[in-house]
Order: sequence, then C-alpha cells, then structure tokens
Amino acid sequence: MWQALFESLQGQGTVVLAIAMDNAQAARPWIEAAKPSYPCLIDRDHHVADLFNLVNVPQALWIDEHGRIVRPPETAGSTDVLRMMDRSNGALPEPIMAERKRIKALYLDAVRDWAQKGAASEHVLEAGEASQRLVPPDPAIAQAHACFRLGQHLLRGGQADQARVHFDEAIRLHPDSWNIWRQAAEKDARGLAAGPDFWARVDALGEKAYYAPIEMKGVGPAG
Amino acid sequence: MLTLLHEQRETTLPNASASGDALWLDRHDIEATTGWAWKPEGLCRDDICVPLPRDAAHSIVKHDKLDLAAMWRHMGQPVVHDATASTWVFGTGPAQRAAALTSLEAPDFELPDLDGNLHRLSDYRGKKVFLATWASW
Repeated sequence: MWQALFESLQGQGTVVLAIAMDNAQAARPWIEAAKPSYPCLIDRDHHVADLFNLVNVPQALWIDEHGRIVRPPETAGSTDVLRMMDRSNGALPEPIMAERKRIKALYLDAVRDWAQKGAASEHVLEAGEASQRLVPPDPAIAQAHACFRLGQHLLRGGQADQARVHFDEAIRLHPDSWNIWRQAAEKDARGLAAGPDFWARVDALGEKAYYAPIEMKGVGPAG
Repeated sequence: MLTLLHEQRETTLPNASASGDALWLDRHDIEATTGWAWKPEGLCRDDICVPLPRDAAHSIVKHDKLDLAAMWRHMGQPVVHDATASTWVFGTGPAQRAAALTSLEAPDFELPDLDGNLHRLSDYRGKKVFLATWASW
C-alpha cells in the first residue's frame, strides 16, 4: 500500500506506520501480498481511531521527531469520487480518474517534501494552525467508541447478537464513522462491506463528503 | 467474573461487584484497571485529583469500595456494559481526548503486528512518523 512511498523515504529519518482498522485474520492476506518493509500494526478495537478521532480509511497524520503532530488527521490522498462511480463495475469517468491521480501524487509529494525538509517543509503546519485543524471528539463520539469496543469484545467471545446491539448504538451515536459502520457490517465474499446498505449510506450523505478534501496547496475545494 | 476494559487494558476482577449501572471496586482494582488512584482527596492521576461528588459521597462509597461507574460518569467519561453487566468499558471522555489532541503531543499507543510483536508509537521517537490507516473492508 505504502511500499513505494516508504522506499522513497529511505535515509530521511522517516518511518511509515500503517495501522489496520481491522482484525488480524482479515488484514493478513493484504499485508502478506504487499510484503511491506515498514511496520503494519493491527488495531482490532480501533483504538487509534478513538485516540485521534478518525472516521474513515485511509486517513493519515504526520508526527515529527519529538512526537508532535505537525499535520492532524486528514484523508491520505484519496478523493471523494464514490458518487461518480459506475456502481456496476467501479469505473470512473476519465477526467475524474486523472484528477484523482493528480491529488494522490500531490499528497505523496508533500509527504516526501516533509521527509526531506522536516520542519522547513511548507506542508508542516504551525502549532496554531495544527490545533485549529484538529477535530476533537464530542461526548457522543466518545460514547460510540466505548460501545464499539464492547461490541468487538463480545464478538470475539462468540456473542454476535449482543455485539450487534452495541455496534448499532455506536453507529447511532457516531453516524459519521465509516470505520465503525463498515467494520461492523456484513461483508461480501471479497470481504468488503460494499453492498446495497453501503451505497444507501453513501447516497444519504447529501452534501457531506465521504472523504473530506485535503487542505493543501493545489487541492481545490471540490477535491 | 467481571471484566473491565479501559484504553488498551483488559482486567478481570474477582473482587468487584455490579448492581444495575453501579460497579463497585476497591482501591487496588481501581488503580489496576484505570491507572487512577483513589485517595482522600478524590480520584487522582499524575498531578490531577477529581473530588468525589460531595452530595453523592454517601451513595458512591460503600465500606472499602467505590462505585467507579458513577464516578467515571461524574468525570464526563463514558461507561457501557453488556446485558449481564459482566463486561464493562470505561471509555475516555471527549474533554480528556481533546486536551491530549490540542496539546499536539501525539498520544502514545501500543499495537501488535501480524507476528504479535508489539510496537509503541514512542518507539519511533527521533524519526518522523507518517501514520496511515487502512482496512480490508
């Protein structure tokens, strides 16, 4: 997933830390196929999403040598194209594809710029700006993460029906979390939570983004 | 046997008892499960002490036990339990999360890789960390 990026960061004091919002069993085939040389961690309870108030994948944040957040969580170069997709085959119109590629490249270039220049990179945010961009969780979100944690624990203990009660409560409390919804949803044969229920949720977004656009030079407000 | 989940800890509690939405723990178990110490001044961690609610003090303390669930809610933090009140999650409240985030100091965590090796974020101190999430679903 990030292997090419990681290789281009060699010797620049930068590490990629990939975190699967997933259980080990589901993540394993992906990790084994990608053969990453950077650490791939398994976060079955979505603890990191609770800590940093994450709602979807891929999201990324940048942490400097001193453990300080210099870019708060944001969409990791993905663009909000789901609703322009041909749902029968996943195809996107050519101009959308091109824009998607451009944004992704721009984001990865920004990561490389930071790896090279550190604090001097134009993509490193000043403390005030970084704090301002951080979205703190509200009480419902904090409660939702507790419900999700309980659901995951019960599911592992074989209590699927009980777990569902707590997942539903988590989703009700935190409807913006795709992490919670998709992790708890029925998966198809490919392991994806991308059936009619998923598309109904996407359609119900209205004006809201599935992937919030990155705030970065060169990225238009339309993402 | 009761189980309490808090942050990344999972603790089984032979000496705790639950009734309704109350969870009674002794001093030792409170510290073992949450890292907070029950002192005369209240519930304390690092240099912070949260006093027990004064008007409710008689009802949330019984002999050598504290209703930690009531105290936790008093601190603005989530508490949820399963139908049989045998598994409890003591979450971290929005104010506590927000304070950690806006300090810009990335909160530490520990997670396993596929081989079960544990990695802490702080293991990578001294390097720039590009932390990215993904999922199979």
